[in-house]
Formats: sequence, C-alpha cells, structure tokens
Amino acid sequence: MYNRIYILHFPKNTSNEPIIYQLVKQYDVEFNILKADILPQRDGLMILELKGTKANVVKGLEYLEERGVKVERLAASVRRDDEKCFQCGVCTGVCPVGALSLHRPDMAVLFDPDKCTGCSLCVPICPVRAMELSLGQDALTEEIGS
Amino acid sequence: MSNIQKTYEEINARIRSGEAVVVTAEEMVDIVRAKGPEQAAREVDVVTTGTFSPMCSSGAFFNFGQMTPTIKASKVWLNKVSCYAGLAAVDAYIGATEPTEDDPLNKIYPGEFRYGGGHVIEDLVAGRKVFLEAKAYGTDCYLARKMQKEVTLADLPYALLCNPRNAYQNYNCAVNLSDKTVYTYMGMLKPHCRNANFCSAGELSPLLNDPHYQTIGMGTRIFLGGGIGYVTWHGSQHNPNVPRTEGGVPRKPAGTIMVQGDLKQMSAKWLRGVSIMGYGNTMAVGIGVPIPILNSKMAAYTGVSDADIFTQVIDYGYDYSNGIARNYGEVSYAQLKSGSIEVNGKQVPTAPLSSMVKAREIAETLKGWIRDRKFLLNQPAQLLPDADMIGGEGSKK
Ligand code: SF4
Ligand code: SF4
Repeated sequence: MYNRIYILHFPKNTSNEPIIYQLVKQYDVEFNILKADILPQRDGLMILELKGTKANVVKGLEYLEERGVKVERLAASVRRDDEKCFQCGVCTGVCPVGALSLHRPDMAVLFDPDKCTGCSLCVPICPVRAMELSLGQDALTEEIGS
Repeated sequence: MSNIQKTYEEINARIRSGEAVVVTAEEMVDIVRAKGPEQAAREVDVVTTGTFSPMCSSGAFFNFGQMTPTIKASKVWLNKVSCYAGLAAVDAYIGATEPTEDDPLNKIYPGEFRYGGGHVIEDLVAGRKVFLEAKAYGTDCYLARKMQKEVTLADLPYALLCNPRNAYQNYNCAVNLSDKTVYTYMGMLKPHCRNANFCSAGELSPLLNDPHYQTIGMGTRIFLGGGIGYVTWHGSQHNPNVPRTEGGVPRKPAGTIMVQGDLKQMSAKWLRGVSIMGYGNTMAVGIGVPIPILNSKMAAYTGVSDADIFTQVIDYGYDYSNGIARNYGEVSYAQLKSGSIEVNGKQVPTAPLSSMVKAREIAETLKGWIRDRKFLLNQPAQLLPDADMIGGEGSKK
C-alpha cells in the first residue's frame, strides 16, 4: 500500500469537474482531507493524504495535473539526521506507518523514507530532534497557515 | 577441579600482558549458557557493560576563573540556563534538567523544552562557545557586580561531570490507562494503554550484571561520557531492598550509582542534551562498567539474559503521579524487546527509550580499551550497599 500526503494548488479557474470524486472512482484511491481552503474565484489549496497502489496513486496524480492542479508532495520533507540520531527507538512508538522501525535482534532503528508520509508526528517526539522537516517544507507550512 | 578465584591484581596483570579475555555482557550470555559459570569464569577475565539513555540527576561543577576587579558571583547563567552559584566566588554547578530561563515550559502544552543544562554541557564538550553571565552584590574583597563573557570548555580552569544518580538498575515499563494522552519522562503515552515504553539496556546494563554489587563501588573505574570516570558513591534513591528473581536480579528500579569524571576528556557523542516533550530537558549519558570475573558467581551474574530480567508495568496516567504503588503485571526484557507485551489481556506495542545500539558500542569500546591495555580495573574502596546494609522493605531482618 502506497500512502502519501500531497498539497494540491487549484488555480482560480479550475474546471467544475468533481475532481476528487473522479480520483476515487477512476483510480481506486482512498483519500483523507487534511486541510482545504477553496473558495469560488480564488486560488484554492488542499492537503490530501492518498492511499492506494503506487501505480494508481501515480495515475491519479497525472489526472490531477492534466486538470491544471499543481501537485506537490508533502512527504520526503521529513528526513533523519543520522549524525544526530542516537538510535533510542522511542520514535518507533509514534510512527503510524512503520517508516521508523526496530530491527531485531540488534534493536537498530531503521528509517525508510519511502514509507514515510511526512506526518511529522516523530519530529517533536525525538529527544535530540534528529527527525527534521526540510526547509522547503517550512515555507509550505507558512503558506498553509496564512 | 577447584573453584576458580581471581583477584583484581591477577586480572590487571593479564590486561597488562595482553592476555586478558574480555567480552561484552551480550557475548557472555552465550558463553555461560554453553560452558556453565565455572568454566566461563576460568576463560573470561572481564565482562564489559554499557548503557546510553536520558539520565536525570546529572550535571557539572565548573570554575570560570576570576577577572579584574574580582567578583563573588551569586547568580550564574550559561547560555541563559541558570546554574547554582552558592558555592564560592567563581564556582558553580549546572544541572542537566534546568531549562533556559525564558523557556515557555508547558505554557504551550506539551512544551518542547528545546534547550537546557544538558545541552549546555553537550555544547561545552563539543568545543562550542557558551555565553556566561554572572551577577554579584559586591563586597570589599570582590568589587565587581557583573561579569559577561564567552567561554569554551578549554577556557574553564576546572570542569567536573558529577552525576548524583545514574545507571538505574532496572526501570519501570510505562503505560497510560487514563483516557487522555500523557507526556511523561517515559515519553508520550497514548490513552487506554495503546503503547508501552521501557528504558533499560537489559542484559547489557551495568548494574543488572552485578545485581548484588559485589564488584561495583567507590572507586570503580568506568567509561563515562566517552572518557574515563569513577563511581564515587551509591546514587541518590539507591534502593537494594526490592523483590528479586532467584538469580538476584531486581524486579523493579533498585540500585543506582553516583559518577564523576573530568569533563574535558569527554565527548559530545556520549553526553547529549535531550528534550522530552511535555516533560522537560535532561541529558543522555553514556556509561560502561567493567565487571571483573572474580569467580563463578560473577560469571553466572554476567550471564544474565533479557529473558531473566523482569520489570513491572506501571500506570503513568494516574497511579504514578498519585503515588499509588500498583502494577499491571510483570514482563521480561525479552518480551519488551520483541515489540509487544500483554497488559490486561490485550497486546500492547512497546518502544524503548534506551539505545541498545549505543549501549553495545560502549561495551565494545570499553572492551577495546582493556584489550589495548589502556584501561585497568580499579578495586573499589567500598562496595555499594546491598540489601542487608540498608533497612526497609525486603531487607533481611
Ligand atoms: S513523519 Fe515520522 S512519524 Fe510520520 S510517517 Fe514519517 S517517519 Fe513516521
Ligand atoms: S527518537 Fe530520534 S534519536 Fe531516537 S531513534 Fe528516533 S530518530 Fe533516532
């Protein structure tokens, strides 16, 4: 299962097609709206978590882009600073998708960026702030907050 | 065959001649299992242990040198972290859990506690500049009222890591049975017992390998913060009077050690400032204790494995903060490290707070030091108090 968070920018005059509905219907992609700010005659913004097979998610994204929606991935924005990480493992208790996991029996803490959705739950939990939001992400967070 | 007995002198002589057999506490598990304690004691001279995790009750004494006119500081800050200055003119103590003075603490709940005493110590050891500020009321012999300067560890005439309580022998497994998330020193605990956190290196942990303190005491030379330090007393809250397994291992938090060492030879890799969400800041300390295998009993003790070490499941949602002594079962470290335990008939996922990878690295480092003849064992002047030495629950009456 492929699980990712995306920011969708809708230009002012996106067509009136029910885009999200099509995404579910045509591409069998599950979604979860994390934030939406869409008003008539204004640029809109939506943060979506998409779940499905990788092929379907990719096709769904292509569909969105064909419709003039600008898509940015919110994931890949959380990275681990391996110099800082001291391999305690406390983050494995909060990561909802197993991107942070313990390797047994040596109890090494593994980070799999491909599984990471960028949800950021681990960021404040890590006692040495080894899980970092990248710079681009910070700018996006501001934009969303405003 | 007579029972094997070795002295510290004999073991040190073997270390000096490069003949000593040194293994880590993890390696010792298999050796004792395969050969039995008597044979293991013949073959192995020293077992090295290690632990690396947040350890409260840590800090450092430092002297910051005089200036002209001279000062008798009564308030001292390093990078805005308040130090205790009621010692002498330019002596102070910085505690690991002291936050910066303007930290929002838990006003925005749960607080982040980004910087504190532990971070100052890490910065110093890393060679970074730290801003020192001192205030004084002024006396005839010490005229100055304030001092401000940037200092590095090298500038300080004296810096001593001095941790009154480290290396807890066993620790609770924490859950939260209440219906709201709690942020504790054992990490974030989800409501209705949806996760369990634990904090011990288990079979690698120093005091779990010498459960009755037969080799650890005042003067034991140890790996401390990447350098060499000493056990200088039993730690605060040292409590040998707890229920134990047949093998003598405490089933709940028990012994502790006080440790000291020259901060200037330590490394920022093994002294790390840490921030625990909603709780506060502290410092992760790396400690490794070498255990001389004086006889088969010490071999048996150091052969302890995660399956033989048990701890209690404690509720941090209500019981702990209300002083209720109650547990929700006992679990072994083998179970805890497997990733899930059973509490009240339900499977609960577990996560560690103590780094096994770093604990192993410390035990290996110490092993290397001893093999390279850079580190000799020091016989303690006095052992840590055992159960019959301090009165209370579980003591022999
Ligand atoms: S941001 Fe952290 S908690 Fe969230 S999925 Fe990625 S690794 Fe896991
Ligand atoms: S909580 Fe931080 S330091 Fe600990 S294992 Fe996770 S990323 Fe590493």
